[in-house]
Order: sequence, then structure tokens, then C-alpha cells
Amino acid sequence: MENYSIALNGVFHALADPTRRSVIARLGRGPASIKELAAPFGLGLPSFLKHIKVLENSGLIASEKVGRVRTCKLQRGNLAAAEKWFDEQRVAWESRYENLDQLLTHLKGEQDES
Amino acid sequence: MKAELQFDFLVNKEKNTITIKRAFAAKRQLVWDCYTKSELLDRWFAPKPLITKTSFMDFREGGHWLYAMVEPGGQEYWGRMDYQTIRPIDHYTSLDGFCDNTGALNPALPRSQWSVTFSDAETHTLVETVVSYASAEALQQVIQMGLKEGLASTLERLDELLLTLN
Repeated sequence: MENYSIALNGVFHALADPTRRSVIARLGRGPASIKELAAPFGLGLPSFLKHIKVLENSGLIASEKVGRVRTCKLQRGNLAAAEKWFDEQRVAWESRYENLDQLLTHLKGEQDES
Repeated sequence: MKAELQFDFLVNKEKNTITIKRAFAAKRQLVWDCYTKSELLDRWFAPKPLITKTSFMDFREGGHWLYAMVEPGGQEYWGRMDYQTIRPIDHYTSLDGFCDNTGALNPALPRSQWSVTFSDAETHTLVETVVSYASAEALQQVIQMGLKEGLASTLERLDELLLTLN
């Protein structure tokens, strides 16, 4: 549980930036090298590496250097955790609003009788 | 068969907000009452199987609602909704936070701001609730608190998420 909280640190900060979201989306299709990932953005390598560092620190991605090529891949578990929370919120709101539907139906019945 | 009522649940990760839109088959005054009178809130606010229990309610600007959501086993989760602005029967804003059973806020956890708007939509009433957190860090804190064991194995919605990020 504790490990899990630590792993989640930085997820939202990481996802708050459009470049980083694009990198995550690209890695959803499979691992890629830094060079491949950087190509669409027209950023200098140092700027781009800062984004990669933020994503790595958040636990959303991991990278490995083989020879001269550094390859990044998605760490799926951490991304799913935040999404799971949003899903729980959605389910909670659905449930409370079903309660409210029932209450409104009941109250309208009372009004009609009076 | 009942017609499907509109339900939208939108997450904005850049603004740290959740927007919930829902239509209700009732007049606006009645829906407003359900949101603002504690004896009615007690009958719907907690998601099943929890129930809502009001300890204190003062629905006016500067007032607050002190409530618990109670599990079937008796475990209580206390919350406090501080009302900021009220425009009957159109709109209110409030701050929701975690507290103890005396209403003392937990200073370790951030509060969320609620902006709730009621409008007429043909025969229905539309309610839009925007829940905002002050920062990505604040939202993270709340998420971490809400995390339950075994969550790490839940991957099923990841592909949907990835599509929304494109």
C-alpha cells in the first residue's frame, strides 16, 4: 500500500502537459527510442529529455539503454491506478443519482396525493 | 420502460476538475430542495450501500453541512460542506472536505470546490456539478487516500484511457 502511494507520486503532474501526454499515447502503441519519441515535437533534445525525466520520476514510463540507444516503455500499472480512482468516482455519482431519481419519484407521488 | 436520463462524467486532467451532468425527471424547485435540505440529502447523497447521516445543517452563505456516509458495518466517513455562495434555485458553490465527527477539518487533506448549477431542460431539470481541486498535487493526495488494496492489478480500462490521450 505504501509502495503504491509512492509509485503514484507525480502522475498528475506528468499528465498535465500536452507533450508528455503525447509521449504516453505513443508508448501505448509499444516501446520507442528517445529519438523516435522526440521527432514529432521539434524540441531540442535537452528540453525533451526533461519531459522524459518527469515521466520516469512519476513511474509512468521506464527506460533502458542498450548500446547507444535509450528505449522507453509504458509502466501500465501506475497509469491504471489514477484512472481506477476516476472510475470509482463515476460509479459513486451514478449510484447517488439513482438514489435521487427514486427520491424524486417518491416526493412527486406525495405532492400528487396532497 | 423508463427513458434513459442524460449522464455525463468528464475528467479534465489539466484543470484538475471533474464535471458531472445529469438530468432529472422533476421540477427544478424539487431537485434544489433535495440538494439543500438535510432531511432530503440524508435520503440520497451517499452511494449505495452507504447511507447518509446529518449531524448539523445550516444552508446559508457561510454556513455548513456536517454529515457522515456510513457503511453497512457501521464505519463512518465524515465530511463537511461549507457553503460559499447561494442563488436559489439556480446555483451554489461550496467547499467539501474530510473531517471528524465534530466537524474539525483534517488539515492533511485538501478540499474540493463544488460549483453546482440547476437549469430547466424541457420537461427535465439539468444539474451540472464541477468538482475542482486546487492543484494536481491536491488531487493526487485525495486519490492516494482513496486507493484500496489490489488496485495495481486493475488494468482493464487502460486502453480506453490511452485512446483519450491521443
